[in-house]
Amino acid sequence: MIYPLYMFVAIGLCAAFSILVAGKYREWLAPVAAIAASGILLVLSIDAAFIARSGLKIYPMGNWLPPIGICMMLDNLTGLMLVIVNLIGLVSLIYSVSYIKRFTSTVYYYSLFMLMITGMNGVVITGDLFNLYVFLEITSIASYGLVAFGVESEELEAAFKYMVLSSLASAFIFLAIGIIFIKTSTLNMADIALTLSNQAGTATGNAVLFASVMFLTGFAFKAALIPFHSWLPDAHPSAPAPVSSMLSGVVIKVLGVYAFARVFFNIIGITPVIMNILMWLGIFSMIIGAVLAIRQTDLKRLLAYSSISQVGYIFIGLSLATPLGIAAALFHLFNHSIFKSLLFLNAGAIEYASGTRSMDKMSGISSKMPITGATSLVGSLSIAGVPPLNGFWSKLFLVIAIFQAGKMNVGITCVVVSVITLAYFLMVQKNIFFKKPENAEQEAALENIKEVPFSMSLSMIILAVICIVSGLFFAPLMSSVFMPAAKALTDGSAFARMIIPGGF
Amino acid sequence: MLYILCTTLLAIGVYAVLVKRNMIKKIVGLCIIDYAVNFFYVVAGYKVNAEAPILSEGMDVMRINFVDPLPQALILTSIVIGLGVTMLTVAIAIRLYQKYGTFDTDEIRRLKG
Repeated sequence: MIYPLYMFVAIGLCAAFSILVAGKYREWLAPVAAIAASGILLVLSIDAAFIARSGLKIYPMGNWLPPIGICMMLDNLTGLMLVIVNLIGLVSLIYSVSYIKRFTSTVYYYSLFMLMITGMNGVVITGDLFNLYVFLEITSIASYGLVAFGVESEELEAAFKYMVLSSLASAFIFLAIGIIFIKTSTLNMADIALTLSNQAGTATGNAVLFASVMFLTGFAFKAALIPFHSWLPDAHPSAPAPVSSMLSGVVIKVLGVYAFARVFFNIIGITPVIMNILMWLGIFSMIIGAVLAIRQTDLKRLLAYSSISQVGYIFIGLSLATPLGIAAALFHLFNHSIFKSLLFLNAGAIEYASGTRSMDKMSGISSKMPITGATSLVGSLSIAGVPPLNGFWSKLFLVIAIFQAGKMNVGITCVVVSVITLAYFLMVQKNIFFKKPENAEQEAALENIKEVPFSMSLSMIILAVICIVSGLFFAPLMSSVFMPAAKALTDGSAFARMIIPGGF
Repeated sequence: MLYILCTTLLAIGVYAVLVKRNMIKKIVGLCIIDYAVNFFYVVAGYKVNAEAPILSEGMDVMRINFVDPLPQALILTSIVIGLGVTMLTVAIAIRLYQKYGTFDTDEIRRLKG
């Protein structure tokens, strides 16, 4: 039987549409439908991740076989990404139920949210280059709408900036796809990979190099690597908290890291030049992101800069192109999406309770909000790499992989930046959660703070538990989830021969 | 020759987006980039003295010179996406104008980089 991969796109699209219709009559139907749909998606994606272990699966759309028609494919990496996207999606939606009540027209919010999840599922499962672009745009357009959702001056300004830069990046990606299309006369990823490997060394080289540069620029914009980062520290903090957690936790990874890895490792083939560029971009992002984060007083802005820094780690891992390096990068990607989402949800909870995001105006919240305090402590220690939480293990594997590749300086830099990360997250913990109120203003602010409603604390607890559990069971996770997923990338164009058995 | 025109258009668009301070001009720049890339696809699909790819009875498929219909299908999708993005950008620009009373991006600076 053919595994029904199209469900990942179909369920999301149907949900997004029916939420709009149902929400017109009963507003409470919108969150129920959204949570039900993303719950089903999560179950399906866990199932898909298990199915993928038995080998590559494809779903030809309309029964047109791969070189001609559009196909969707499922391998270990796809399974892993699907689980991450839908898990964070579900948790953020549960959180939204209470959080989003203070906005008007929440029906549109849930609809856009489902569209964003659909777009990301599509990017992950598609086996066609043009299809990847279309899903990329679906995700981007939905996220523009969500960033501007508050329609205050700051949100609109951030959304405009995000939109202009992100559309520019999409245009570059589209142009690169066009160049690849001209040179290979096909858009199927497997077919392109085979054709390019057959044409290696001929005149196609220069055109493919130009396309690689375009792809690199486009995906670096989407992933907010350091020279291309200027939209991220505005866009991520301006969005409502569950959306920030989606954007920082998943969107930059699916649109930036995943799409990048798929295109460069599986289709074009990674070269030492690209690896070097990637490593430097990663190092700059890691260092500058961390240094800029220390100076922030706005909690969500600090988290956004820290995202840039952590995505740098992921790219350094990918740039090693060794199995352990990529596996460590994917492990870090998983961990970062868990704890960064958790921290953004915490920031949202604090804003919800106290009405401010500025760290100067807060103090000693831990006594009034025990759940937020405890989960945020788990998240902060995890991102800073304190054993035995999950962030420690992924950074450890990453540093080991870097040392194995013989790049001592880079490894030491990674450790130093990790210490800086610990420093600014300890500062956050001290200022917001543990410090005694220093003046009357802070004391008055502390008076009225209450713990957040059940749905918000539930989603924070779920993520904190995942942080602890994946830290304790890092060894089985690494060997049974991340190593096979990394193998999908290191195998290069081997997947193409499975999709097009007769080909060339 | 046509590729040069297409590259020039792309360069003009990128220049407008990066250098112009007026939001509307930035949006126009985005549109120009969109059209440049679409034009690139059209040029890629163009073939001298070729026929429309319509199969009718008694045709020898291998001998007749067909145009590739795929690029047209692709840019159709891309034009629709471009329309959506442009509409959303213009809508946000209008809301920004209502808040700040200006289209100048240098004066809209409540967020610090």
